Amino acid sequence: MILKDVDYYTDLLLELTKKDIKVRYKNSYLGYLWSLANPLFLTLIFYFVFKIVTKVKMPDYTLFLISGLFIWQWINNAIMVGTNLYISNASLIKKVNFPRNFLAISLVLSEGFNFLLSIPVIILFIFFYHKQIKIEWLIIPLYLVITSLFIYSLTLIVATINLFFRDMERIVGLLLTFIFYLTPIIYPMSMVPSHYKFFLYLNIFFPIVNLWQELFFRNAINDISLIISIIYSIILLIFSQKVYNKLKYKFAELV
Amino acid sequence: MIRIEFKNVYKYYTLLNTGGIKNFILHFFKHIQTIKNNKVLALENISFTVKDKEVVGIIGKNGAGKSTTLGLIAEVLAPTKGEVYVNGKIAPLLELGAGFHPDLTGKENIILNGILLGMTKKEIIGKLDSIIEFSELGDFINEPIRIYSSGMLSRLGFSVAVHVNPDILLIDEVLSVGDFKFQEKSKNKIYEFKQKGKTIVFVSHDIGTIRELCTKVVVINDHRLIYEGEVEKGVEIYEKL
Repeated sequence: MILKDVDYYTDLLLELTKKDIKVRYKNSYLGYLWSLANPLFLTLIFYFVFKIVTKVKMPDYTLFLISGLFIWQWINNAIMVGTNLYISNASLIKKVNFPRNFLAISLVLSEGFNFLLSIPVIILFIFFYHKQIKIEWLIIPLYLVITSLFIYSLTLIVATINLFFRDMERIVGLLLTFIFYLTPIIYPMSMVPSHYKFFLYLNIFFPIVNLWQELFFRNAINDISLIISIIYSIILLIFSQKVYNKLKYKFAELV
Repeated sequence: MIRIEFKNVYKYYTLLNTGGIKNFILHFFKHIQTIKNNKVLALENISFTVKDKEVVGIIGKNGAGKSTTLGLIAEVLAPTKGEVYVNGKIAPLLELGAGFHPDLTGKENIILNGILLGMTKKEIIGKLDSIIEFSELGDFINEPIRIYSSGMLSRLGFSVAVHVNPDILLIDEVLSVGDFKFQEKSKNKIYEFKQKGKTIVFVSHDIGTIRELCTKVVVINDHRLIYEGEVEKGVEIYEKL
């Protein structure tokens, strides 16, 4: 019986994720290439603004941008789509009893799948800059778990709030833009004045982005970011599960 | 064996008209008050039981609370007060093709929908031919369903739903899908379920079908249960409402 349940939930998760991946680019000619387009274009824009126009002094600035923009894209896209998660699945939620949080898990996984596919592109850039990939990269699975938990929890929270206040969709869009510039993605942490540095760690997005950035950019594992991101992810996970369990029977009334 | 039991069930819906987050923050306390008072009654003190192998029709006027009752049985809603016991696997034929995605083919949607309705992928693959045959979609099954007509969509949804092997079948006015021939076929399928000894809960305004199919009726009027028992008597009470 329990074994059959495990089978069932695996199937449910796989099919929902497969659907998300299949549907995303089903009607476009370039398909997967579109998921590369956004971060690559941003790289180009910021390169122009900061390297060519304002002449920021930082070696390998393009590679630095690449190191942060793809992970940001995963977080940003999943949360943007996640805000409407329940509303866009209204007919299902109203009529069929299945674990609703699987919608969030499959969203995180399908967006994460995109991120995985972008890692070869990042590697290409690394080689282009005559740098290497080191043994530290073996930590990637752990990073993936932390990042997935983080995004999953945030998605559950914003999707639930959005049921009560449809304004959430706009607010999330604004906030994400705001956070994007507050997080050292297009500028390095070292350029942030030292008395502001502490505040960086209050930004829950920063440690996660920083983890990936340091790994891709200089094969480094940042212990502080690692510990803090784990703490943030666990706190968010507990909080979001509480909210979810308390309100899951309300979803069908609210969508 | 008791399949479904309602014990003094109350259901209120909260009307959440906050007027957006700006109004909510500006008039926070006033809003909390209005939200608390802004409740709509859907079911009041409902108690009934459905035993194994019973075919129960729920009848009543529009807005009486029939669909809320089905929602509670399907466990997509939770009662405000009281208790709902459900014992067995449920197949909800409440909204056909809930969760269908327009860009996926008929076949892909069968698998997705079947899983959402509680089957494993292996089970669905095993029943795939039978599902496709029942839907009478032929070669269309490999086309994206956005090109389907509404009748074809309903047929596909119905076919998947009846292939779930449930203990309890919930039906909300879905027997009127497709053309005349398909309607007959759907009804026959439901009879087949009845003969196999499945428990069926059935909401319909079609008194003819209720008479033919049900072994018991529950009449709901103004959110209250006014009759539970024999079909003929229940229909009589309903028709006088």
